[in-house]
Amino acid sequence: MREISLHILDLVQNSIEAGATAVKLEIIETIVKDSMVIRVYDNGRGMNKKMRQLVIDPFITTRTTRRIGLGLPLMDMSTKRCGGYLKIDSTPGQGTVIEAMYQHSHFDRPPMGNLVETIKSILVGNPVLEFSYKHTVDDKSISISSREIADILDGISLTQPDVLIWLHGYLSDNIANLYGGANDENN
Amino acid sequence: MKTIEDLKRLREQLKTKNNLRHDGGTQIIVGMGTCGIAAGARQVMTAVLEEVAKRKLEDVKVCQTGCIGMCEKEVLLDVVRPGEPRITYGRVTPADVPKIIAEHVVNGRIIAELAIGKIVE
Repeated sequence: MREISLHILDLVQNSIEAGATAVKLEIIETIVKDSMVIRVYDNGRGMNKKMRQLVIDPFITTRTTRRIGLGLPLMDMSTKRCGGYLKIDSTPGQGTVIEAMYQHSHFDRPPMGNLVETIKSILVGNPVLEFSYKHTVDDKSISISSREIADILDGISLTQPDVLIWLHGYLSDNIANLYGGANDENN
Repeated sequence: MKTIEDLKRLREQLKTKNNLRHDGGTQIIVGMGTCGIAAGARQVMTAVLEEVAKRKLEDVKVCQTGCIGMCEKEVLLDVVRPGEPRITYGRVTPADVPKIIAEHVVNGRIIAELAIGKIVE
């Protein structure tokens, strides 16, 4: 994966496949601490201790659970290469929290990439998922949730063409604004 | 800068146009497992959403799904027109999307050279 935003899309898909109905994405970039932290919280089926260890090993796969794949090992590798870590906190029957940390200025850190398209795909492609997104860069932050949008839309779908255009504009403007209005990290 | 207020205004406009969508439209499904994402599924999804917005397609439903086991044929994109078999297209690139939408979604003509399977439900 060339972009952190693609890993994020992958993490959220994992949550959905674990039966989650609600997923919360949190991105915290703190330049003074030189850190970028990404957390994905879900209310899926969760994993036991053994499974938590297995999922970051690419050479062990149990085909009975669809959670196993290359996604987490790839992200684990990518964080470790950049002075960071990938942490899995999970309780069977309750859900999982994945925390990925990168050293913000690290030379090998992949770019955030096109976060707008990632958030748009998650929101539009999973109409029944309760998804919320909060992103903080130093003292600026934005948040949006599928519930907030659904309340306003009151029955109109996110795939309604004019709504899609709004969503794209809203995410692009607000995410660019986090980085001082420049699109430096986001293509 | 686009705001939540803009969405509220848009909602009011759409209400007066009375184009609330009904179920029964065409469904487009993009494979978003790790394999799909690595092969470019997000870009395909983006192309689909751009095309839906550009062509003002009011009755199309777009969703994403996980890995279905045909990882080598990713990006996979399925089109299900109401009452017709589910058609799976393989190795789809963003450049194929306008053609799939124009030919299959809008006009109902399956593009045989891109299709890799058909599921009759």
